[in-house]
Amino acid sequence: MEELIEKLKREVIEQLNLEDIAPEDIDADSPLFGEGLGLDSIDALELIVLLEKNYGLKIEDPKDGKKIFHSIRTMADYITEHQKP
Amino acid sequence: MNQVISAYTRIKLNRITVDGTTEYHEENFITFAEFIKPFFKRLNLGYPKFYKMDSLSKLGFISAELICQKIDLNRYNKNRVGIVLSNSSGSLDTDLVHQQSIHDRSQYFPSPSVFVYTLPNIMIGEICIRHQLKGENALLISERFDSRQLFSYVHHLFLEKQVDVCLTGWVELLKEQFDAFLMAVEPAATDYSKEKSGGALPFSEETMNELYKIM
Repeated sequence: MEELIEKLKREVIEQLNLEDIAPEDIDADSPLFGEGLGLDSIDALELIVLLEKNYGLKIEDPKDGKKIFHSIRTMADYITEHQKP
Repeated sequence: MNQVISAYTRIKLNRITVDGTTEYHEENFITFAEFIKPFFKRLNLGYPKFYKMDSLSKLGFISAELICQKIDLNRYNKNRVGIVLSNSSGSLDTDLVHQQSIHDRSQYFPSPSVFVYTLPNIMIGEICIRHQLKGENALLISERFDSRQLFSYVHHLFLEKQVDVCLTGWVELLKEQFDAFLMAVEPAATDYSKEKSGGALPFSEETMNELYKIM
């Protein structure tokens, strides 16, 4: 799980062009939106694309997004739970 | 009522100038992103959204930033600050990036953050967000820098009392070739322009052509 979390941090930084942020700056449990990394609605869409492109996971119900993208750890949990072996 | 060009900037080839003075010169770069990023960092604006913009918006954003450091926009009502820009390629540079992401149906992953920049006037939006500008704005397409077109549009805005100040010029970027020439146009009668009367340039097609020819 920790390996996936570190990988996700790097992917999120790259996908969202978070130029001044290093993986170690991201707390795996901190909210990604709002007070956390200050991401916006376009970033949310990019995260959906990231999950589909890198992990083959499609979010069918947009309402699930709030829970899945709460933090890096919740994203990792979702991937672990849903990715086919 | 006459207007003056109270500040102007040029970003082209390997150089950034403001009012004719070189602010930045870099030879060692391949892409526009490599050219502009160190200069943006040097400005120390604390504006991370810059990194998410497409190249055209970055070019317009930096040009406007330099102009706004020369003129004090706070002395104007932000609802009456206009922006009229022009270029020849529109948002084609980003359109091509988007097209690349959708042309292969088996690798169909269009990026939302790329797609939002597939309109050239988004560049104006980025400048407006940064400086809280809510006045008249337009992005005109022409084959090349057209001083007559810009002059007539901006002069008309002043005549119709739609703006108190206007940022105008040429912001073109395609496939790593970039050329920006941005000016601040203010009424000749303002106290501010009087302060600068020694260096203020009349806003006219001829002046624009002269300034554009320099680089």
